[in-house]
Amino acid sequence: MSLRILAIDDSRTMRNLLKATLCPAGFDVDIAEDGEDGLKRFDDSDPDVVITDINMPRLDGFGFIEAARQRKRERVVPILVLSTESGDDMKARARASGASGWIVKPFDEEKLLWAIERVASKG
Amino acid sequence: MSGSDKEDFRSSFFEECEELLEMTQDGLDAMADDPHDAEAVNSVFRAVHSIKGGAGAFGLEAVVDFAHKFETAMDAIRSGEADLTDDMLDLFRMCGDNLSDLVANARNGDNSPLEASGQLEERLLEITGDLDEEGDAPEFNPVTLDLDADPTDSDMAATYTVTFRAKADLFAAGNDPAALFAALRRIGEVTVEASLDDVPPLSDLNALDCAVLWTVSVTTDRGEADIRDVFEFVEDCCDLEISAPEPVAEALPTTEGAAEDVALVPDLVPDTIEMPDLSDLVSELGEGKEQQGSEETPASPSGQNAPPPAKASEKTTKSANTIRVDLERIDKLINLVGELVIKEAMLSQSVDELDIARGSGVSAALDSLKQIASEIQEGVMAIRAQPVKPMFQRMARIVREAGSATGKRVRFVTIGDYTEVDKTVIERLVDPLTHMIRNAIDHGLESPEDRKAAGKPAEGTITLSAAHRSGRVLIDVVDDGGGINREVVRNLAIERGLIQESDTLTPAEIDHLLFMPGFSSKTEVSELSGRGVGLDVVRSAIQKLGGRVAIHSEPGEGATFSISLPLTLAVLEGMVVEVGGETMVVPISSVQETVRPTEADLDRLGVDSVVLRNRGELVPVVDLGAFFGFRRAPETLEDHVLLLIASDQGPRYALVVDAIQDQRQVVIKSLETNYQQISGVAAATILGDGRIALIIDADTIMRDLGSGGPGEKPMKMAG
Repeated sequence: MSLRILAIDDSRTMRNLLKATLCPAGFDVDIAEDGEDGLKRFDDSDPDVVITDINMPRLDGFGFIEAARQRKRERVVPILVLSTESGDDMKARARASGASGWIVKPFDEEKLLWAIERVASKG
Repeated sequence: MSGSDKEDFRSSFFEECEELLEMTQDGLDAMADDPHDAEAVNSVFRAVHSIKGGAGAFGLEAVVDFAHKFETAMDAIRSGEADLTDDMLDLFRMCGDNLSDLVANARNGDNSPLEASGQLEERLLEITGDLDEEGDAPEFNPVTLDLDADPTDSDMAATYTVTFRAKADLFAAGNDPAALFAALRRIGEVTVEASLDDVPPLSDLNALDCAVLWTVSVTTDRGEADIRDVFEFVEDCCDLEISAPEPVAEALPTTEGAAEDVALVPDLVPDTIEMPDLSDLVSELGEGKEQQGSEETPASPSGQNAPPPAKASEKTTKSANTIRVDLERIDKLINLVGELVIKEAMLSQSVDELDIARGSGVSAALDSLKQIASEIQEGVMAIRAQPVKPMFQRMARIVREAGSATGKRVRFVTIGDYTEVDKTVIERLVDPLTHMIRNAIDHGLESPEDRKAAGKPAEGTITLSAAHRSGRVLIDVVDDGGGINREVVRNLAIERGLIQESDTLTPAEIDHLLFMPGFSSKTEVSELSGRGVGLDVVRSAIQKLGGRVAIHSEPGEGATFSISLPLTLAVLEGMVVEVGGETMVVPISSVQETVRPTEADLDRLGVDSVVLRNRGELVPVVDLGAFFGFRRAPETLEDHVLLLIASDQGPRYALVVDAIQDQRQVVIKSLETNYQQISGVAAATILGDGRIALIIDADTIMRDLGSGGPGEKPMKMAG
């Protein structure tokens, strides 16, 4: 069964690019437009991996990760941050929130898939 | 991703940019109203940030560079490191304009930096300079989408030994050693060994400790940095050592192919009974973490409690329930609805001819069909309708630029931003409105000194408003300047030969001279609005949209330019008239009133020249049939109907027709695509009986009379 990925980004362009990269790679992709929307999808669709932006309206990426980590799940769902930022302080903050990995935007296909592989083996 | 996909994304990116730029403008407006509006600052930051992110994906470096600096400055405001001043706000507005230009250029394939960027960036640096020096500003190194090439040259392969022991945090953050090792297979050949030496017997096992020590050997032609990359994010929650490489004799053929031969990493997790299932461990860990409190999340301000979601603003939720549709599809639908309206009219006419009793089944069904057809029509038109707000925002920029070019201080007020107008109408209004606004600032508003002398505030005000009124859209451009100086206008018009010295003109007629071709009220051509085009171009652009423009001015108090437009370009409320055996349609918007004249109302001024006395005015009479050459002007007008036409172009006139048949909505069919433009004809339509009728252009008939219409010369007009 293919892995289900929840991609959260307030930019439509980014969501499109993520879909276009992940779908052909064999993932089921679910999308959300901000952290709050993301939490709803997170509860409804039970994703295997989450990829989230940081700067978003309503609920930002950090807020999303913290809230998602409060959810009781049988397993800890890997959450990757996809951000244009790459500063150490931001990464540290993401780690503290409970993020599983960091991808710098703009991403290329290989980088993205590899980052997903690092947290969720397909096998 | 295929090339056409990428092209689609590109254009959808630019569409999104439009929205994001609008959001930037909105946010800056809100910041101007309330400098402490944190959500406004945030929204500008996010919008610029999203533009940067998207632009990075398409390799639009000029956009990325500028957006990055803009965003960094917004971040300084956001974090409170800089206090927002009026100067900064002005700067941000200019940055917004510049970003919009950069995006527009990029859309046209021009990705070079703009000259203006440099200066703005310098000023942005004044806000963020300290930040950058400290190295706090987030670095942004754009990497474009296409990175198919292998990042490293194939050096000699080497084998690295990685020893790895996970800490509890690693699992809590959703990481899994097995996945990390599997990811290493992208780099090279991987073998994994697990040492259970440190694993205690089950009875002593602490679920929070991960006692397994993994030794991974990676044979790769890439460097240690690539291996470290895999563990980069988890470095703090594991013990990791990467040993110096041992050279391997031959280079690996392909790194990814080699991975197939390696045993799957999860299989290497020891299956001895001492080892509890990893997922159990992890779930226990999760619970354990909760009981332990928030030690793991010192940097998170909200700790263990889910942060209360920020209150959703109306704007963010509004976009949720929309779909994007290709404009062509809507236009096709509009055409079909047009056909439907025509067919419905035909059906009605046939049913009328059959003399079927009112209230019979057929006419009841027909009535409800009519009702539904008109509702569908309205619904389809509504799809094309868009708020004028984005266009108004573009005008805000015109105001700023015109204000600084003329050294005048201008306050810009918009009213009715959410008035919806047909998309095409909006697009075609941009140029005329731009011109009118420049004109209002350049010619309308006085200099600050003159304003003060006149007892007005130094800052002039330009108001742009939109409203719906009786099935039309009204757009007003109002300035509170000195008003039209009619003496200057009159003298210039005489100088240019537009009127005679002896002509007596009403104030309204003088104002209308501004719309005459070749008129410019400034003696020296001003750089700003005098670009060789006058208000006549504005007027003809608006007329092409089926609109009209009028001026109202009070000396000393300013001027109002009012544009009245149809809601749609697809249908028109028309008066179906008969003239010389032909059926024609007169747009109802042009018809002020209809008159059945008696001889007493008419004055004959010499041969063929007739005027109508109407409401204390003498109105020239024009025969429509003669204008088009359908017939000679009739001897007597007693059996005819006069349509009083209100014209933008000066005096009213009365149009002679034989009879009025109907008043109804007609579907506009353009003639210009197949025929050239015909004087006096705006378009055509198909009537209920299937015949084609021309829709007349009431505004041009009067103008073309002087130069001779397409047909015989009709009754001469007086005056």
